[in-house]
Amino acid sequence: MTPVLFWALKLALLLLAVAMLCALARLMIGPTAQDRVTALDCLYVNGMLMMLVLGIVYASNVYFEAAMLTALFGFVGSTAMAKFLLRGEVIE
Amino acid sequence: MNDFIVGPLPLWAEIVTAVFAVLGAAFAAIGSFGLVRLPTFFRRIHAPTLGATVGVWCMTIATIVYFSVQGYSLFLHAVLIVLFIALTAPITTIFLMRAALFRERQKGGDVPPAAKSGAPD
Repeated sequence: MTPVLFWALKLALLLLAVAMLCALARLMIGPTAQDRVTALDCLYVNGMLMMLVLGIVYASNVYFEAAMLTALFGFVGSTAMAKFLLRGEVIE
Repeated sequence: MNDFIVGPLPLWAEIVTAVFAVLGAAFAAIGSFGLVRLPTFFRRIHAPTLGATVGVWCMTIATIVYFSVQGYSLFLHAVLIVLFIALTAPITTIFLMRAALFRERQKGGDVPPAAKSGAPD
């Protein structure tokens, strides 16, 4: 791995960490519940992107399953919480 | 896990991977920064879309190029993630938007009134 790719991947990880911190800040200070759910969804997407970058860093296939599961759980969680905000219960 | 040949890649593949990885991460960071910066929820909901579309696409191109060149075969598993995100992100956004509108109307906020067609909103 040349230094170009090495430092580019380090920079990508740093940018994604900053993105996750921004989403975490919104998750903490969000005035309403729907703000927090949006921030959690954004946090999930950023974590999934970080999984993909780590897959390139370690040249490993295993991270794709982790990224796929992260995307799946993010969707299920956000949908369930949006449904809860809409009706007050998830399964009616 | 070890069925890849871990060795030096051609320079163009490393450059393409590096550019797309940084680009995807930068778009995700811009989207998340907008989540912090924008004033109201109805503007804020649009910001993470940037990371969920352009960020995921760029990162997927980077992984596809890297693993295809490294394994000497076309590596398309990552497209599954993009398709899944592209299918589910609008659904989540629409659900959250409807929930936010519903709660804002219950509080008597300044949002457009519900449609009169009787559809639950």
